[in-house]
Amino acid sequence: MTNEAFETPNLLLALPEIWLLAMACVVLVVDLFSNDRDHGPAFWLTQVTLLGGIIITVSTQWGVDATTFSGTYVADSLGALLKIGILVLAFLGFAYSRDYMRDRGILKGEYYMLGLFAVLGMMVTVSAGNLLSLYLGVELMSLSLYALVAIDRDSSRASEAAMKYFVLGALASGMLLYGMSMLYGVTGTLDLGEITAAAAELDDRRFLFLFGLVFMMVGVAFKFGAVPFHMWVPDVYHGAPTPVTLMIATASKVAAVGLFLRLIGEGLLPLLESWQHMVVLLAVLSLLIGNTVALVQTNIKRMLAYSTFNHVGFILMGFVAGTPEGYAASVFYALTYAFTVAATFGVVLLLARKGFEADHITDLKGLNDRSPLFAFVVLILMISLTGIPGTVGFYAKWMVLKSVVEAGFVWLAVLAVIGAVVGAFYYLRLVRYCYFDKAEGEGPQPTGSGGFQAVLAANGLLVLVAGIFPGTLVAVCLAAFL
Amino acid sequence: MENLLLIIVLAPLAGAIIAGFFGGTIGRAGAHWVTSLSVALSCLLSFHVLLGLISGDRQPFDGTVYNWMVAGGIQFQVGFLVDRLTAMMMVVVTFVSLMVHIYTIGYMADEEHNWPKDSLAGVNAYQRFFSYIALFTFAMLMLVMSNNFLQLFFAWEAVGLVSYLLIGFWMNRPTAVFANLKAFLVNRVGDFGFLLGIGVVLLFYGSLNYSEVFATAAANPDLTMSIFGGAEWQVATVAGILLFIGAMGKSAQVPLHVWLPDSMEGPTPISALIHAATMVTAGIFMVARMSPIYELSAVALSFILVIGAITALFMGLVGLVQNDIKRVVAYSTLSQLGYMVVALGVSAYAAGVYHLMTHAFFKALLFLGAGSVIIAMHHKQDMREMGGLKKYMPVTYWTMLIGTLALIGFPAFSGYFSKDGIILAVAESQRAGATFAYLCVLAGVFVTALYSFRLLFLVFHGEGRMDRHTREHLHESPLVVTIPLILLAIPSVLIGLVTVMPMVLGDWFGDAIFVSQANDVLAAVAAKYDSAWGLVAHGFVSLPLYLAAAGFLTAWYLYVIRPDLPDQLRQRFALAYTILEKKYWFDELHLNVFAGIGRALGRFFWKVTDVGLIDGLLVNGTARTIGRVAAGLRRVQTGFLFHYAFVMIIGLLVMLTWFVFGAR
Repeated sequence: MTNEAFETPNLLLALPEIWLLAMACVVLVVDLFSNDRDHGPAFWLTQVTLLGGIIITVSTQWGVDATTFSGTYVADSLGALLKIGILVLAFLGFAYSRDYMRDRGILKGEYYMLGLFAVLGMMVTVSAGNLLSLYLGVELMSLSLYALVAIDRDSSRASEAAMKYFVLGALASGMLLYGMSMLYGVTGTLDLGEITAAAAELDDRRFLFLFGLVFMMVGVAFKFGAVPFHMWVPDVYHGAPTPVTLMIATASKVAAVGLFLRLIGEGLLPLLESWQHMVVLLAVLSLLIGNTVALVQTNIKRMLAYSTFNHVGFILMGFVAGTPEGYAASVFYALTYAFTVAATFGVVLLLARKGFEADHITDLKGLNDRSPLFAFVVLILMISLTGIPGTVGFYAKWMVLKSVVEAGFVWLAVLAVIGAVVGAFYYLRLVRYCYFDKAEGEGPQPTGSGGFQAVLAANGLLVLVAGIFPGTLVAVCLAAFL
Repeated sequence: MENLLLIIVLAPLAGAIIAGFFGGTIGRAGAHWVTSLSVALSCLLSFHVLLGLISGDRQPFDGTVYNWMVAGGIQFQVGFLVDRLTAMMMVVVTFVSLMVHIYTIGYMADEEHNWPKDSLAGVNAYQRFFSYIALFTFAMLMLVMSNNFLQLFFAWEAVGLVSYLLIGFWMNRPTAVFANLKAFLVNRVGDFGFLLGIGVVLLFYGSLNYSEVFATAAANPDLTMSIFGGAEWQVATVAGILLFIGAMGKSAQVPLHVWLPDSMEGPTPISALIHAATMVTAGIFMVARMSPIYELSAVALSFILVIGAITALFMGLVGLVQNDIKRVVAYSTLSQLGYMVVALGVSAYAAGVYHLMTHAFFKALLFLGAGSVIIAMHHKQDMREMGGLKKYMPVTYWTMLIGTLALIGFPAFSGYFSKDGIILAVAESQRAGATFAYLCVLAGVFVTALYSFRLLFLVFHGEGRMDRHTREHLHESPLVVTIPLILLAIPSVLIGLVTVMPMVLGDWFGDAIFVSQANDVLAAVAAKYDSAWGLVAHGFVSLPLYLAAAGFLTAWYLYVIRPDLPDQLRQRFALAYTILEKKYWFDELHLNVFAGIGRALGRFFWKVTDVGLIDGLLVNGTARTIGRVAAGLRRVQTGFLFHYAFVMIIGLLVMLTWFVFGAR
C-alpha cells in the first residue's frame, strides 16, 4: 500500500458522514454564539442535520455497492439501511429529550455535539471496509457515549455509571484491538475483503485466526451487551440520564449489528463453523440471564436493560445461520426493537417531570385515566416487545426463529420461545398498571410539548402499522443483503 | 383499475374509522354524513365498474395489491379479483348498504331511549352504529373482491365479527348478548370446517390464489387423499364439503341455522343489511366462486342439494307459527337461502346467485318495511298486537306488498324469475337427491305464500289490536325511512324482467362461473325459453303459481275471513304445532347436547388439568423457581467494577478454552 500513488478518493460516496461531520462543527460554533438558554438553534440544527443525513443516505447510498478512501469506506445498501435506522433513532432521541434535559439543568450545547459525534461514529462503523476505519468508528462512538453518560456531572450515580462504562469499555476495546492485531499478523492486511479471502484459504494458520476471532467476539459482544459481557448494562442504563440511555439502548445496538456484520458476519464468513457456536453460547446465556433477572426488577430502566439481553439473544440468533435471510432477520429485529424501545423510553421521558423520574414500574399506574392515547401506545409497545402475533415484534421473532430452525438449531428456537413467554410477564405487567390500577398520589401526567407528544404518538402508532404491514420493511431488509 | 378498486374498498373503512374514533367530535350528523357519503361513493364507483364490465370497456381484473408476507414459499397476499360476478355483488352490497345507511338515520333517530339513563354504553351509540355498518360494508367488499383464500377467510371472519357486534348492539339487553354469543359460537363451528377446507386446498393444490387453485384442480380432477385409515377420498369432495360447512354457518343452513332467528335481537337495519341481503349470502357467493372445484365432485353437490332442500322447506314451515314480525321475515330468509343453496346443488350457480341478487332487494325491502312498522308501533314487534295499519302507513303497506309479491314469485316480479329459474333447473337435474329437492322447493312455494300473506294480513288488515295510546300515535314513517323503501321496491319489481335472460339463461357471467357440460341444467332450461315474457307465459301453466295462489287464498281465508280458525287449528293439530313452535328442538339440541358437552369438558379441564396440573405444578412452580433464581442472580450484580471486569475475563477464558483449544 505504501508505494501506491495517492488517489483522490471519491468524496461523494461518503457524503452522509461528511455532512454530519461538517454540521456537527456548525452546531458547535452556532451554539457558542447563541444566547438562547434553551439551546434552540443547536436543537433545530441537529434535527435538520439528522433529517438531511437520512435524505442524503437514501439518495447516495441505497442500491449502491462501491468503496472509496482506498477501500476503507464501503457504501452499500446494508450500510445505508443501518445508517437510516441510526439517524432516525437519534432524531427520536433528541426529540424526546429536550424537556427532560431542560428540567434538570443539563441541557447543554455539548449534548447535541457529542450526540452528533456518537452518531457519526456509528455511521463510520457500519460503513467500514477496513479494520482501521472500523475501530475508528467504534471508538468515536464509545468515547462520545462515555462523555454523554456523565453529562450530568453533579449526579454521583451518573458519574459512577460513566466510570464503569469507560473502564469496562476500554477493556473491551483493548480486546477488540488485540484480536484485530492477530488478524493483521496472520494475513498482513487490514482490508476486510482481503481478510475474508485469506480466511477461506489459510488452513494451517487457522489456530491464530481463531485466537483473534475470540478476542474480537468479546469486543463485539460487549457493544451488544451480550451475557457474560453485559455487567455494565444495568448500571449504565440506570445511572445515565434517560435520553442517553435511549441512545445507548437503540442507536448503538443498531451500530453493533453493523459492527458484527462487517467484522465477523461478512468479514469472517468462511470461519462460520467456528464462530457459529460462540454466537450460540452468547445467545443462550443472554436469553437465560436476561429474562430471569428482568422478572424481579422494579425500575423500568433496569427492567429494559435486562430485557435487552433477551432481545440481544434474538439478534445474535439471527447471525447463527450465517445466511442472508438470517442476517436480514437480525437487522429487521434490531431496527424494529430499537424503534419500539425508543418509544418506551419516550413514554418514560414524557411522564418524567422535575423531581420525578417516572422510571419505577408503578409510576405508570392509572395512565389510562390520564392519557388514553399514551396508555394505548404503551400497550402496543409492550405487546410488540412480548412478540404477540400481529405486532411487528412477532414478525421479528418469527423471522429469526425461522432462520435458526433452518440452520438446524431447533433446541435454540425452543429455548428462545420459552424465554419470550417468560418475557410476557414483565412486559404485560406494565400494561396492567396502565389500565387496571388507579393512580397513586399525583400519578402519571404527560407533560411534554406538543411536538414531542406528536412524534411519540407517531412512533408508537408506526410500531402498530409496521405490525400490520411488515412486508415492506422485510423486503427492504432482505434487499440489503442481495 | 387498481386505484379505483382501492377507493371502493377503503372509502367505507375511512368512514368507519372517522365515525368510530372521532364520533364524539363530529357528532351525530357528522357521523351519518361521513359514512353515508363514503358508502355512496363506493356504490357509484361499483356501478361504474359493473357498467364498464358489461359494455366491455373494462376487462376483468385479477391482481395482487399488497404482499403481506411469505412463509415457507406460500404467498400471503391482499388481492382483488373483479369480474362480472364480483361486480354484481359489489353493486348489491353497496346499494343495499347505502339504502340502509339512509334508513338508519330515521330508524335510530330516537336511539337514546334504548339505553338506561346513566349507561356509559349508550354514549355515542348512534355514531358507533354508523361506524359498524360502514365497517361491515368494507369487510363485505373485501370478501367478495378477494382473489385468494386468505383474504376471503379474513373478510369472512370480519363480517362475522361486525355481525356479532351489531346483534349485541344493545349490549345491556341479556337476550341480545345471548343472541350474539350464539351467532358467534355457531359460526365458529362453520368456520372450523371452512378453515380445514382452506387447509385441504392449500395442502393439495399448493396455493391460496383462486386462479392457481382452479387451474391445479382442473388439471388433477381425480386427485385423492386418505382420511381415517385407508379410505380414499376425492380431494375436491373433501375440500368442497369442508368449505360448504363454512357456508352452512354463515348462510345459516340446517343444522347451523339456529343463530339467524335470534340475530333479530339486533336493530332492524342490521337485519336487513347483514342478516338478509349480504352477509348471509356470503356462503352462496363463495360456493359460486368456487364452482370450478365443486364441479369436480358430484358427492359434494348432492350434499349441498339435500341440505339446501331441507332448509328451504322446513324453515319456511317454522315461519308459519312465529308471532314476532321480524322472526317471520327471518325464517323466510332461511327458507330463501335454502332455495339458493338448492340451485348451487344442481350446478345452477347462476340461478342461485341471481336469486341472491333479487332476494337482496326484496328481502331488504321487507325487513326495512317491518322496521318501519316497528317504529310506528313504538318498538313492539308482536303481530298479535298489530292489525289494520294499512290506512295509517300507506307507503309502507304498498312497498311491503310489492316485496311480498316478489318473494312469493308473482309473475314478472323479480322473485318470480329467480325462484322459477331454480325450480326449473331442479326439475332438469339428474343429480342424486334432485327429486327430493324438487318436492321440497315446490312445497316451499305454498309455504312461502302462506306465511308472507299471513304477515301482511295480520299487520295491515283486519281490526287494530293495539292499545289506545299506540293507536293515537300511529303515523307514516319519515322520508328517510320511506325513500329507501321506494328505492328498493323499484328493483324488486323490475330487475327480473330486464336481466333474467342474460344472467340466468345466458352466458352473462362468462368465466366467473364454471359449469361442466354434463351438469349444465340451465342450458337445458334455456333451450325451452327464448325471452323473459316466454318465462312469464310459462308461469301461468305451471304448478308453482297455483301453489302460491293456494297459499295466498289459505292465508286470506284464515286471517281475514275466519280469524278465529287458526286457534282451532292449533288445538286440533297440537303435535304439529308444538314441533314447529319448538323449531324441531334444534335449539335444545345445540344448547344441551353440544354446548353441554363442551361445558362439561371445559369444567373438567379447568378443575383438574388447569388448576391442579398446569397452575399448581407448572406455572406457579416454574414461577417460584425462576423467582428464586432471579433473586440469586440479582445479587451477582454487585456494583463493583472489579467484579464486572472479572466476569468479562472469565467469559473470555471460557471462550478461548472451549473454541480455540477445544477445537483442536
